[in-house]
Amino acid sequence: MNERVVLVTGGNRGIGQAIARRFAAAGHRVAITSRSGAADDTDGILVVNADVTDTASVDAAVSQIEETLGPVEILVSNAGITRDGLVLRMTDEDFTDVLDANLTGGFRVARRVSKSMMRNRWGRMIFISSIVGLGGQAGQANYAASKAGLIGLSKSLAKEFASRGITSNVVCPGPIETDMLMALTDEQRAAMLSVVPVGRLGQGDEIAAAVEFLASESAAFITGTVLPVDGGFSMG
Amino acid sequence: MSDNFERFKKCAVDVLSVDEAQVVPEATFESLDADSLDLVELVMALEEEFDVNVEEEELDGVNTIQAAYDLVVSKL
Repeated sequence: MNERVVLVTGGNRGIGQAIARRFAAAGHRVAITSRSGAADDTDGILVVNADVTDTASVDAAVSQIEETLGPVEILVSNAGITRDGLVLRMTDEDFTDVLDANLTGGFRVARRVSKSMMRNRWGRMIFISSIVGLGGQAGQANYAASKAGLIGLSKSLAKEFASRGITSNVVCPGPIETDMLMALTDEQRAAMLSVVPVGRLGQGDEIAAAVEFLASESAAFITGTVLPVDGGFSMG
Repeated sequence: MSDNFERFKKCAVDVLSVDEAQVVPEATFESLDADSLDLVELVMALEEEFDVNVEEEELDGVNTIQAAYDLVVSKL
C-alpha cells in the first residue's frame, strides 16, 4: 500500500472525522482543517486551522501541511455548513454564506492542491456532496444548491486534470448519524428515514469506506463520477 | 542573456517532455504538442525559476517559445 498525504477539510467532526480516522488507521499521513483548529482527539492526525471561505487561510494551511507532511496527494473536500430555512425567509447571506463555504470553499482548496498533484502526476480529489444535492430538500435550497454545484466542479476538475493522473469524484451521503443530521427537525429526519430502502441511518465510517476506495490505486479509472452512499434513497 | 535562455529551455524540456533541440525560438507550443494545461504548468515553472509573476491576461497571444521567453525576461 502506498502511504499518501491526505487532507480532509472539516475533518474535526461528523463524516469528515470518520474519513480522517479511516485513512489514519490505514497508515496514511492525514491532516484535517477546521475553523476552530481543535479536534476531539487527534489519533496522530495533524490539525490545521483554516477557514475555507478565505483564500489566504487555505493557502497558509496547505503550505503548513506541505512543510510538515509533504504535498497533498488525496484531497477530501468535506467542509460544509447549513443555514436551513424556507426560501421565502432566506436572506442573501444565508444563501451566499453556505455557497461560499460549501462550494467556493471546495474550489479554493482544490485549486491550491492541484498544483503539486499536477507536478507529481498523481492525485485524488473527492468532494462530499449529499443526496440533497441530487434531489433537493425543502428548507435547504442553499445547502442543496452548494452540494449540487460540487458535482459540476468535480466533473470539470476531472476533465481538466485527467491527463495528469488526477481523478475527481463526488460522494453523496444519504442520512448519516451525525450532529448535522440531528440538527434537522424530527419531522425532516423521519421523512428521510421512511424513504431509505435499507431502513436505517448510515454511519460515518460507511462514507469513509467509499471515499477510501475512490482514493485508492484501484480507482485510477474512475473519474468524474457521482457515488451515492445512501441505503438506496436516491435510486430510480 | 543566453544564460537565461538556457534556464528557460530547461523548464520547457522538463515540463513539456520535449528534446532540448526542439526548444527553438520559432517553435510554436502547438508544434511541441503542448496543450493549455502544459502551458499553465510551464508558466508556473517559469514563475518559480525566475521568481516572477505572470498574470493570466498576459498569456494571450503567447504562442511561441520566443514570445514566452520575451514575456518572462521583460519581468526580470
